[in-house]
Amino acid sequence: MQKEAAIREPLILGDKSYKDITDDVVGPIQGAAPIGWKIMITISSIVAIYGVGSILYLLGTGIGVWGLNKTVGWAWDITNFVWWVGIGHAGTLISAVLLLFRQKWRMAINRSAEAMTIFAVIMAAIFPGIHMGRIWVSYWVLPLPNQFGSLWVNFNSPLLWDVFAISTYFSVSLVFWYIGLIPDFATIRDRMTKPLAKKIYGVLSFGWSGRAKHWNRFEEVSLVLAGIATPLVFSVHSIVSMDFATSVVPGWHTTIFPPYFVSGAVFSGFAMVQTLLLIMRKGMKLENYIHVKHVEYMNIVIIVTGSIVGVAYLTELFISWYSGVEYESYAFINRFSGPYSWSYWIMMTCNVISPQLFWIKKIRRSLIATFILSIVVNIGMWFERYVIIVTSIHRDYDPSSWGEFHPTSVDVGIFIGTLGIFFTLFLAFARYFPVLALNELKTILKTSGENFKKKQANH
Amino acid sequence: MNKVFHVMYDDDDTLKEAASALVAKGIRVKDVFSPFPVHGIDPIIGVKRTRLGIAAFMYATTGTTLALLGMWYFMISDWPMNIGGKPSFSLIENLPAFIPVTFEFSVLCGAHGMAITYLLRNGTLPGMPASNPDPRTTDDKFVMEITTEQNSLSADELEAAIKETELFELSIKDYK
Repeated sequence: MQKEAAIREPLILGDKSYKDITDDVVGPIQGAAPIGWKIMITISSIVAIYGVGSILYLLGTGIGVWGLNKTVGWAWDITNFVWWVGIGHAGTLISAVLLLFRQKWRMAINRSAEAMTIFAVIMAAIFPGIHMGRIWVSYWVLPLPNQFGSLWVNFNSPLLWDVFAISTYFSVSLVFWYIGLIPDFATIRDRMTKPLAKKIYGVLSFGWSGRAKHWNRFEEVSLVLAGIATPLVFSVHSIVSMDFATSVVPGWHTTIFPPYFVSGAVFSGFAMVQTLLLIMRKGMKLENYIHVKHVEYMNIVIIVTGSIVGVAYLTELFISWYSGVEYESYAFINRFSGPYSWSYWIMMTCNVISPQLFWIKKIRRSLIATFILSIVVNIGMWFERYVIIVTSIHRDYDPSSWGEFHPTSVDVGIFIGTLGIFFTLFLAFARYFPVLALNELKTILKTSGENFKKKQANH
Repeated sequence: MNKVFHVMYDDDDTLKEAASALVAKGIRVKDVFSPFPVHGIDPIIGVKRTRLGIAAFMYATTGTTLALLGMWYFMISDWPMNIGGKPSFSLIENLPAFIPVTFEFSVLCGAHGMAITYLLRNGTLPGMPASNPDPRTTDDKFVMEITTEQNSLSADELEAAIKETELFELSIKDYK
């Protein structure tokens, strides 16, 4: 049996057995819905319905209902898109990259982080979809034979790379997540007593029986999917950054964009994981599985990625001056001192200064501080995208066309609406799905469980 | 009449010890049902490493080929265009711009091909019935399946050997 150093903090607290793990995760699914959950899902569904209404209004009327104008042709739509895709990155990073590095602490958080990824990518995909205006012809982004000649889509364009990147990312994450869910659905199926619930979980579990050969294949599939999902995560946000970086707009035309966007994505994604999990562990009484050590590990990732983002901000500032290109320099001077300087300074405070507080151990291990800072980082990362997008284009080469962007109620409604849809989906997940990867947690119980570690130490 | 033994254990380490002891006596263990992957059981009961990894590689290379072939046809052969002064007249010159889609499509084919093969080979598909002998095997119990059909020992001899291990429960069923 594999042994773990006694000095390492246990990952599963309390006196847990294999059965306790099942009970703790499946119990809440079998019981009645708690009142807090009902209140939260009601609120988020109302917001979601408002968002769907705003989207339908937009599609019926046209994208003129957004606050876009001839100078600022891209604003909240693409800001929200990049923000949501970025949030999605943490899930894959946790489940794939940390799997390759054999980090056991990922097992308590990977399931919900991946669920978050999938829902966030769905939210992201809404924006490029609706910003086309005529969403019913959105299949034109695919290389399909057509009556125009055939006129093909442009494979040299990063916007088309995005189509491939986002759809691959979404479908591969979904498959990766579901393959992990199958054995856990089987556990729920075998415990359910109500016939309808048993039937539903039976269908969802695909008849999983836990045979040795199946587990052998399961581990291989998880490993290989993790191996190919890892470069996929990096490629997806690199490609998103190339939407900007391959253009010739000052402020966007930057070679550091791919690594800068990827670390920003991981940074914001981990912040969102913290926000969600700190509520979920409390609400579902999972404190023994997701505890201070897990939060601390995630905060360390936030310090690292947050610092990379900070360095990137300063680098692009320096290079804009060092390049000697007037337009490039002006784009950055305008960022921190122009009409949108308030958003630049919000971004700087939230993303560069606030994560540095996690160097202090007390703050890093405080759940309340983590929760507050995670929301601060989420806000900061939204402003980062807003700053990059709007401030770079609102003052173009022709001063007579300089303008500003003012969001309309439809802009706000759609953004708030996606938050509503996201939380509705996540709450539904937390209620009906196994929120912890049961089968994986059971494999680390003997090496990283508090009771087993104590027993080992007493030997 | 053939008999099937379902030997239940309540710990993965006990299960491994029991399996080793039985295999040492020349008994063949047909299968093991467990709530999580028990590391180290595969070589004991003679489960070979899966070849799914090789399959994934082949699916991915198919994806690479298809992506390059497609882009060559769309952008170079069928309708070459001069985009921003960067004309599309040869695959090799355009290759840098084609790398992202090539990569994404390879991953897409590799991941989905592998996942579909995995589900088909397992026989785990939507609506399939569960075949674990006891519902507790997805919770905290481990079951070893031994049949008289696969073993030269008689049912009584098998039962005696099985009872020497630290089992939790034993169920013996007849089957045709």
